[in-house]
Amino acid sequence: MRNYVIRRLLLIAPTLFIVSVLVFLSVRFIPGDVIDIMLSHTRGAFSDREALERHLGLDQPFVVQYGKWVYGIITRGDLGTSLYGGHSVTSRVVNRLPTSFELGLIALIISLIIALPIGIYSAIRQDGIGDYVGRSVAILFIAIPGFWTATMVMIFPPIWWGWSPPLELIPFVEDPWGNIKQFVIPAFVLGMLLSGVTMRMTRTMMLEVLRQDYIRTAWSKGLQERVVVVRHALKNAFIPVITLIALEVPVLIGGAVIIERIFALPGMGNLLLDSLSDRDYPVISGINLVLALGIVTINLATDLTYALLDPRVRYS
Amino acid sequence: MDDTTASVSLQATAPSRRNRFSDFFVRLWAKKLGVLGGAIVLALLAAGILAPILATHDIHEISVKGRYDPPSMEHWLGRDHLGRDIFSRIIYGAQVSMIVGVAAGALHVLVAVIIGVSSGFLGGKLDLLTQRFVDAWYSFPFLIILLTVMSIVGRGMPQLIIVLGVSYGIVNSRVIRSAVIAIRENDYFQAAFALGSPTSRTLWRHVIPNIMPPIIIIFTVSIGGIILAEAALSFLGFGLPLGTPSWGAMLSWEGRRYMEEAPMLAIWPGLCLTFVVYGINMFGDALRDLLDPRLRGAGN
Repeated sequence: MRNYVIRRLLLIAPTLFIVSVLVFLSVRFIPGDVIDIMLSHTRGAFSDREALERHLGLDQPFVVQYGKWVYGIITRGDLGTSLYGGHSVTSRVVNRLPTSFELGLIALIISLIIALPIGIYSAIRQDGIGDYVGRSVAILFIAIPGFWTATMVMIFPPIWWGWSPPLELIPFVEDPWGNIKQFVIPAFVLGMLLSGVTMRMTRTMMLEVLRQDYIRTAWSKGLQERVVVVRHALKNAFIPVITLIALEVPVLIGGAVIIERIFALPGMGNLLLDSLSDRDYPVISGINLVLALGIVTINLATDLTYALLDPRVRYS
Repeated sequence: MDDTTASVSLQATAPSRRNRFSDFFVRLWAKKLGVLGGAIVLALLAAGILAPILATHDIHEISVKGRYDPPSMEHWLGRDHLGRDIFSRIIYGAQVSMIVGVAAGALHVLVAVIIGVSSGFLGGKLDLLTQRFVDAWYSFPFLIILLTVMSIVGRGMPQLIIVLGVSYGIVNSRVIRSAVIAIRENDYFQAAFALGSPTSRTLWRHVIPNIMPPIIIIFTVSIGGIILAEAALSFLGFGLPLGTPSWGAMLSWEGRRYMEEAPMLAIWPGLCLTFVVYGINMFGDALRDLLDPRLRGAGN
């Protein structure tokens, strides 16, 4: 196990380095005219081009800029300063994290509640009517654009029932029930989006397990279907499902950006879109870096859990 | 399934090309959902190519008097907030989706093959380095890469096609790389190497023909994803320029107040997107089952 952990950590170092370089370069390679746009956007916060370039650190050599940037992040967790009002990027991002996290978590739970039973049922009744319906639903859920479903939820209920989603965030500490009620509908739309993929993967993994020799043995012992499926098949099919959830996190984040926008939830996605329109590049690169670090960490944690649960992985 | 394969191979040990093709269509026909998907793909292509003929009105023709007109004999799906004909805009929306989907899909295949083949074929340090780069690329949520890059290069059709094609190509280079690595294990590859076959010949005669199935699969499947990505970007205002009849832009966030006035505006573009992506995915699934022997008989 120790060797595996070391090997896995060695693979991560270059990835993290490249991630940081990509984020760094995406800001430093902004074409010149974008600097002009930024200048006009910031409306007098900077006296001239050079002042803005100095603020962004663009007047120094690349390597020095990169070194300073990474040093600030590692030693102080300092992601830089927003172009507007001089707010710290770190504090802005940290303020928005809980909302995005809550939305993502509820959406993930909803997607699993929808997807796992249907995926498992599809596999144990392969080629039956239930399987056909289940698979069609899965492909449909993948095809429906999340932003369309969300838009429909915003447009039709107000017309039909006079109900409309709240436009201000209800803090959890003040009104826990109202807060959860506010998140459930956006999370449901997001969860539906995810559940299509999860359903298909659960079905495939379950089918793979059901073809194993030990399942045939379980059948030939005369065990009941319930016992074969739950005790023998599910237990083994669940390990890959962990990987699957980790694989879906990037999709979840992408979807959350759109859902936060439509439902006016003040999460990281909304901050990102605002910063993109304002061309507030320090904030954009801060968010990109935080998200990438989060995904790398989740992938690492998944791989290690996997290795812990399944010894075959450790020795391959 | 097993019986038919056996009898076919008994009848003809070396089936002619024609037979292989008709066999392919017979098996495709057996997958009814795949055929339905194929029909939807054909419908999209037809609508896209014939858009100038099918459209009943000029899509940029504005009329203040005709704002929010309900469907009529003249305007089949009614008119939008600027009095433009919705049916014609939906048809041109198919053209936009088709152009972006096919162009970015083709570019994505090119990028994926260049990265995947060089990484998998040459191996060694280059492979190790390239794969760490691809790892890093996988660490960013896809939509966020697209949003960030589009905000730097600006809205527009050529930029969008390049950004979508290259980003998707890096992601799918993994598929091509593993196909190439699988080929390297084969005896014919080892034999070619032992006979001293030059690298270019090995590539063209042994590698490229054998990765055609995964290439066709990623091309088909990517188009659905690309069309959805274009719609999402245009929806958020980072994709195609204002005024382009993109299905995503028609649903756009900024246009929501018009939809509150005329809710039907929100129905058609979303329905078309769902329908087209559903069709492409169904078709791609059937294609995957037919072309990927490892999965044959496993899924369906």
